[in-house]
Amino acid sequence: MERIPILKMGEFLLVTIQVDMHDQLAMNLQDDLTQRIVKSKAKGVLIDISSLEIVDSFIGRMLGNIAGMSRILDAQTVVVGMQPSVAITLVELGLSLQGVRTALNVERGMRLLRTALGEDEESDDGLED
Amino acid sequence: MNGSATNTTNSGGLSAILDKHEPELLSKWISEQLGSATRRKDLMKESELREQSRQFLSLLRAASQSRNFTDTSRPEWTAVRDLLTDISKSRALNGFTPSETASFIFSLRSPLIELIQREGGLDTKEITVDLGDATRLLDKLGLYTFEEFQKTREGIINRQQQEMMELSTPVVRLFDGIVAVPLIGTLDSARTQVVMENLLQRIVETGAEIAIIDITGVPTVDTLVAQHLLKTVAAARLMGADCIISGIRPQIAQTIIHLGVDLQNVTTKATMADALVMALKTLGMAITKGQKHGRGPALNS
Repeated sequence: MERIPILKMGEFLLVTIQVDMHDQLAMNLQDDLTQRIVKSKAKGVLIDISSLEIVDSFIGRMLGNIAGMSRILDAQTVVVGMQPSVAITLVELGLSLQGVRTALNVERGMRLLRTALGEDEESDDGLED
Repeated sequence: MNGSATNTTNSGGLSAILDKHEPELLSKWISEQLGSATRRKDLMKESELREQSRQFLSLLRAASQSRNFTDTSRPEWTAVRDLLTDISKSRALNGFTPSETASFIFSLRSPLIELIQREGGLDTKEITVDLGDATRLLDKLGLYTFEEFQKTREGIINRQQQEMMELSTPVVRLFDGIVAVPLIGTLDSARTQVVMENLLQRIVETGAEIAIIDITGVPTVDTLVAQHLLKTVAAARLMGADCIISGIRPQIAQTIIHLGVDLQNVTTKATMADALVMALKTLGMAITKGQKHGRGPALNS
C-alpha cells in the first residue's frame, strides 16, 4: 500500500509530500502521523509541500485536519515550502488555513518550532515559579 | 427589348463603371483627398496616399465583379476588407482622428456619384439603382473602416492598462528579510492578482519574513478593496511571511470601521516608518544612532 514516509528529526517529525494526494493516501497519512506522534512523543510536525503544485479544497482541508489532530496530541504543526501559485489557489478557495503555522522552508519551519517550544517551556517555568 | 437592355446595364451598372473609368476615378478621388481639410500632411506622405488609393480601387473593382454590393462580409470582399483593416490600423497608430480615417472612404463618394450621373445620362432609373448601390457600399466600407480604427484604439488602451498594472506594483526589498509593496492606484481584482503574484514571488526569492503593504497611494478603500487586501495578507501568510498594512490615512481608517471590515487579524500601522520599525523589532533588530561619518570638512575639528 502506498504511504507517505514520516521522518523523525530530533523531537520533530518531517512529512514530505511529493506525490499527488488522493483520499486514501491522505487518510493513511493521518493514521500514520497520529500514531507516530504518540509513539515518538514528538513536539512538532513539519509538513513540506514544496513539490506540491496542484491543490484543491480537499488537500486544504486535510492540512487543516492534520494540524488540528497534532494540536490535540500536543504537537505543533508547521506547513512549509508552499508554492506561490498554491498559496493563491488556497486563498481563492477561501481556505487560508487559520490556525496552521506556515514557514518559507524547512529550515525556517524548524526555527519557528524551536522558538515556539522555547517560549512554551519558559511559560511553563513561569507557572512553576 | 428596351426593358431587358436596362436590366443588363443595371445589373452591371456600378461594376461596369468601376471597370471602365478606374484611372479617371482614381485621379479625381486622389485630388479630392489631397484637397480635403481632413488631410494630414504631417502624418502621411502623398505617395503613400496615392498607393493606398490605387490599391483600394483595384481591389474594389475586382470585388465588384461579383455584383454583390449589399453584403461585404462575403469572401469576394476579403481582400478589400483586409486592405481597409491595414489602412485603419496604420492611421489609428499614427494618430489620425476617426473622421480623418473614415474620410478615406467617404471622399470617394462625390467622384463616384459624378461618374454615375454622367454615365447614366438620361436613364434616371439606372442612375437611381447605381446610386443606391454605391451609397450602400460606401457606407458599409466606411463603417468597417471606423470599426477597425476603434478596434486598434481599444487594443492600444488595453495594452497600456496592462503595462500600467505591471509598472505600478513594484516589490522592493527594504531590509534583510523585509519586503515592501507600495500600492498606487485603485485596487481591483486583476491588480490584486498581479500584486499577489509579484509579492509571493519576491518572498520566495528573498526569503523575506515580513511584507509591508503600503496603501498610501490607494485613493479609496471599500469592502472589495479590503477583501483583496485580506486575501493578499492570507496568501503571504501561507508562504510563511507576516504582513503589515501601512499608510492608512485618517479618512480610510474611518471608512474601514464604518464599513465594518474586520482587520483584527492584520497588523496595521499609520506610516511605513512605523511598519519598518515594527518589522525590525519582530526580526530582533534595531536601528541605533551612531557616530556620524564626516566626509566633508569636519565641523568639530
